[in-house]
Amino acid sequence: MKLMLATLRRDAVLAARNPGEWLNPLAFFLMVIVLFPLAVAPEPDFLSRIAGGVVWVAALLATLLSLDMLYRADVEDGSLELWHASGEPLYALALVKALLHWCISGLPLTLLSPLLAVMLHLPDSAYLALFLSLALGTPVLSLLGGVGAALTAGIGGGSLLLALLILPLYVPVLIFAAGAVYQASLGLPYTGELAMLGAMLSLALALTPWASSAALKLNGLR
Amino acid sequence: MTGTSKTQTLCLNAYDITCERDDRVLFERLAFQITGGELLQVVGPNGSGKTTLLRLLAGLNREFSGEVRWKGREIQSVYPEYARERLYQGHTVSVKKPLTAMENLRWLCAMESPGDEALEAALESVSLAGYEYTPCAQLSAGQQRRVGLARLVISQAPLWILDEPFTALDHAGIAWLEQQISHHIGHGGAVVITSHHALTEVSTQSELVLGGGV
Amino acid sequence: MWQQVVQFYNRFASPKWFYQQSSVWVTWLSAVAITGALTGLVWGLLFAPADYQQGNSFRIIYIHVPAALVAQSAYIMMAVSGAAYLIWQRKMAAWIARAIAPVGTAFCLIALVTGAIWGKPTWGTWWMWDARLTSMLVLLFLYFGVMALQQAIESSDVGYRAGAILSLVGLVNIPIIKYSVEWWNTLHQPATLKLTEKPSMHPDMLWPLLIMIGTAYVFLLLMIVLRTRNEILWHERKRQWLSKVLEF
Repeated sequence: MKLMLATLRRDAVLAARNPGEWLNPLAFFLMVIVLFPLAVAPEPDFLSRIAGGVVWVAALLATLLSLDMLYRADVEDGSLELWHASGEPLYALALVKALLHWCISGLPLTLLSPLLAVMLHLPDSAYLALFLSLALGTPVLSLLGGVGAALTAGIGGGSLLLALLILPLYVPVLIFAAGAVYQASLGLPYTGELAMLGAMLSLALALTPWASSAALKLNGLR
Repeated sequence: MTGTSKTQTLCLNAYDITCERDDRVLFERLAFQITGGELLQVVGPNGSGKTTLLRLLAGLNREFSGEVRWKGREIQSVYPEYARERLYQGHTVSVKKPLTAMENLRWLCAMESPGDEALEAALESVSLAGYEYTPCAQLSAGQQRRVGLARLVISQAPLWILDEPFTALDHAGIAWLEQQISHHIGHGGAVVITSHHALTEVSTQSELVLGGGV
Repeated sequence: MWQQVVQFYNRFASPKWFYQQSSVWVTWLSAVAITGALTGLVWGLLFAPADYQQGNSFRIIYIHVPAALVAQSAYIMMAVSGAAYLIWQRKMAAWIARAIAPVGTAFCLIALVTGAIWGKPTWGTWWMWDARLTSMLVLLFLYFGVMALQQAIESSDVGYRAGAILSLVGLVNIPIIKYSVEWWNTLHQPATLKLTEKPSMHPDMLWPLLIMIGTAYVFLLLMIVLRTRNEILWHERKRQWLSKVLEF
């Protein structure tokens, strides 16, 4: 517990001193979204139909960018080994890391969502759906992504590999989250999709820390 | 050190340890014992499994056959307690460059949660007085290692397991570390170390040679 | 009873026992696979009646359906042997898991390609975002991930474990992926003709299909045994028993 709090504090300070690490993926996220109207068509009707999907695909990519660094530095400088040696369980570390990752990637994306909704002419009825789907869905991305980051942390140039491992696992989140926004933009109920996202979040909270912890233990065997 | 009464019970035993990695036998049927007031130096060429042996003694690696016991009990069965009583220092010191020396040391010693005075005193003992609030990016490699090694001063653990601790230290640093080790052993602690450096100050030491058969 | 299971497991986990016994299995599995494939294909392609809606193009199910089933089962088998390796640390389990991955990938590709070929005359396009085909595509990506991860890790011991962890995470995800893809499909555009869902199949159509499915599983087993033998040859290359066996 002591080490969990100390790590939260240490990594928060690190993020504050290295703002590029989490601001760059956010800027990337915004740029990707701007590219869609430029590449496809700026008509409001069309944009409002694809808005949910565009935001969510961009969110997946932005999440991946910041995931790669989640454990890499800690594996390289021995912090991970030190945590392992402290006797504190590694799944606690996995939870702390996922929480930190969500705070610097998923949370800002969620807070930015109303702005994006305006830019992409999302119908008023879908604002809340976009916000809620991001709030429930992005933590799942951080938790699942943590497993991939733990598996690839010791591999040189692992960021492309990480994308290959993790993107297929993101499919259900993408489908239900973008589906919720789509339903909402048609004025249909979307609580079912949000409930699915909530269920996935609970499942990910319960299971992914164990998988991450098993993957982190492998780093010592290399 | 909490007291000399522990000296008799302090005992790390290894029985019949065999470790295989990627179809290659690193070491076979190792057996040894270290008690309080003793130092064991593990030597051997690169790739002979020194780090693997140390990680295994520290309880970080379970991929071996045989048994390691601490005070007569298998280490995994008493793990959280064993983790508090032994200090493991891998060959990298986990120092984050954007953080100051104090912030780094505070995290390194999070389990002991010492006060700021204790941290400052530890940094002073590794001759980093005046650098407490300097970001480690501005320190030299040797100074960064000293920040990491300052946790030896704070730790209460009777068993130290140190992997190549002398790397990148200057003469003064080496002398300081040797003195720490002999002080620790003089107070009834036990030390397992891998190093190419011969320790002159410690009299009660034994040597374990790995990789003889390869 | 339980003791016998443990005994069998211990024997099965011994590379030497597996290598020596499996040469006989290879003969039998090959014989069954060849007979099954010939019977199933001749019956299915030449004698089974044509479908009243799809004509002769439906006959591709004799390849497509077995491949799709085997591709999914192979993933489950891979994850289960990976789990066995993580729990009991017997290397045979890791070698079997590694042996399965490329075979499963190949079946996955066959299912996708035959699905596309069937789509051209039926839907008029090579690719429709049909729920089953889409899940199959995601499964292919899952296989790619496991193989890419194992390949990127230099230490084989670590690679086996990493692959096992990833395939277990994938295994938990597969039902969720399937469900979500089906839901997504009904939300957007349900395909009118399904490749596999038949209210009732004529026995002359069904029997060859069952034979082909059985044959595909036998073939999967055969490939696993052959590839596991290769893994044993490689990993045990320095052992004495192997050089003794190979002398004869």
